[in-house]
Amino acid sequence: MPSFSLVHLEFLGWAAMWTLGLSAIAFVGGGLVGFAVALMRISPFRGVRYAAIVYIQVVQGTPLLILLFLIYFGIAIVGFQEVPALIAAGIGLTIYSSGFLAEIWRGCLESVPKTQWEAAECLALTPWQRMTRVILPQAIRIATPPTVGFLVQIVKNTSLASVVGFVELAQAGKLINNSIFEPFTVFMVVAAIYFAICFPLSTWSRRLERKLNVSRR
Amino acid sequence: MSAVVKLSNVHKSFGTNKVLDGVSFEVGRGEVAAVIGQSGSGKSTALRCINALETIDGGTIDVCGHAVHDAKLDRRSLRRDVGIVFQSYNLFPHLTAEQNIMLAPTCVKNKSKAEARDLAHDVLRRVGLAEKADHFPEQLSGGQQQRVAIARSLAMQPKLMLFDEVTSALDPQLTGEVLKVMEDLARGGMTMILVTHEMAFARKVASQVVYMHKGKVWETGPGAMLDKPNTAELADFVGSGL
Repeated sequence: MPSFSLVHLEFLGWAAMWTLGLSAIAFVGGGLVGFAVALMRISPFRGVRYAAIVYIQVVQGTPLLILLFLIYFGIAIVGFQEVPALIAAGIGLTIYSSGFLAEIWRGCLESVPKTQWEAAECLALTPWQRMTRVILPQAIRIATPPTVGFLVQIVKNTSLASVVGFVELAQAGKLINNSIFEPFTVFMVVAAIYFAICFPLSTWSRRLERKLNVSRR
Repeated sequence: MSAVVKLSNVHKSFGTNKVLDGVSFEVGRGEVAAVIGQSGSGKSTALRCINALETIDGGTIDVCGHAVHDAKLDRRSLRRDVGIVFQSYNLFPHLTAEQNIMLAPTCVKNKSKAEARDLAHDVLRRVGLAEKADHFPEQLSGGQQQRVAIARSLAMQPKLMLFDEVTSALDPQLTGEVLKVMEDLARGGMTMILVTHEMAFARKVASQVVYMHKGKVWETGPGAMLDKPNTAELADFVGSGL
C-alpha cells in the first residue's frame, strides 16, 4: 500500500485552490446580496424591512448542508439536468453568507450614531451621499473585524460543498484517505492547510482594525 | 421686516405626550430669537420642527419660502437654506475639520475641491480656527469642535441658522468662545434662532426672547423682558436660572 507522498500533497494543494475559489465566490456573492439585504433591513418602509427579516431568519435557520441539498436538487427539478457542482455550491454558500453578513452589517450601520445621519441630512446631502460619504466610512471600520471573522467561517464551511460532489480540500482529503488509509496523517495535513488559510485572515483583520483606528486619530 | 420663519399654531405629540400645544412665533430677517424654557418645555422640538427633523401634527411652519408642514416638502432644498448646530457637535469623526466643512459644498453645491477648500479656510478663520484645518474632531476641544460645526454650517451660506443648546455640553470658558462666535454672526446680520440656557447671552444678543412653558409660547418680547417678566412662570424660571 502506498503511503502519503508528494503526489498527494500536490492533489491537496490543487483542492485548496478550489476551497479558496469557492470561498471567494461565497464572499463576493454573499457580500453583494448581504449588503442589499442589510440596507433593506434598515429601510424606512416596513414591508421592505420585514422581507429582509424573513430572508435573514430563514437563511440563518437552515443548516448549510440542507441548503446545499435544496439548491442542488432544486435546480435539477427546475429543469437543468446537469448542474455543475461549483454552481450549486456557489449559490448555496452565497445565500448562506448573505444571511449572516446582512445581519452583521445591519448592526454596523445602526451602530453609527443617529446624530450622524441627522447631521448629514441637515447638510442637504442626498441619501446616497449620506451613505457613501458619512455612514459607510464609519460603519466599515466597525464592520471589519466581524466580517473577516466570518470570512474564516466561510472558508471552513466550504468543506460542506463536498456533499454535492464538489472536490475541495476536505473532499480531497477523504479521497486520498480512501486510497492509502492513513487518516491521521492525511487529515492533519488538511487541517494544517485550513489553518494556513485562516490564520493570515485573522491577522489581517487585526492589522486592518489597528490601521483604521490610527487614521481616525 | 419680512418673516424668515413663521410658526402658526403648531401641534406635535410624541405618543400621548403633547410636546407642542399651539406654538406660534415669527422671526424676521436679521433677527436673533432666543427660545428659552425648562427642559421638556418643547423648545428643542420646536427647533427641530423648523428644520423638518420632526414632522408636525397640526399648524403651519413657513421657513424661507418653504412650507415645512406640507407633505410634499423638498427637504433638501429647505436644508440648503437652513443650517443647524447641535448640542453634541455631530462632526464626522473620520474627516478633518477642513473635510467636514468641504463635504456639503462639494456634494451639494458642486463646488470644486479648491473652491471648497478656500471656503473652508475662510469660515474656519471666522470662527478663529484657521490653524486647526487638518485636525480630526477628536484632536479638538469641545469648544473648538462646536466652532468647527458652526463653520461647517456657515459654509453652506444659509439664510437661517438654528442652534440647539450648542453650549450645554461645554464648561464656562469654552462656552464663552462659542458664544463669541455666535455674537459675531448675529452682528453680521445672520438670522438666528437659538435654544439656550444662557440667559445673559439671550438678554444681550437676542432681539426677541421666546419663553416656552408646557408646550406653549408663554411670553415673548425683547431681551429686556427677562428683567421684568409679565408672568409668574417666567419670573420663576429667570429667578431659578440666575
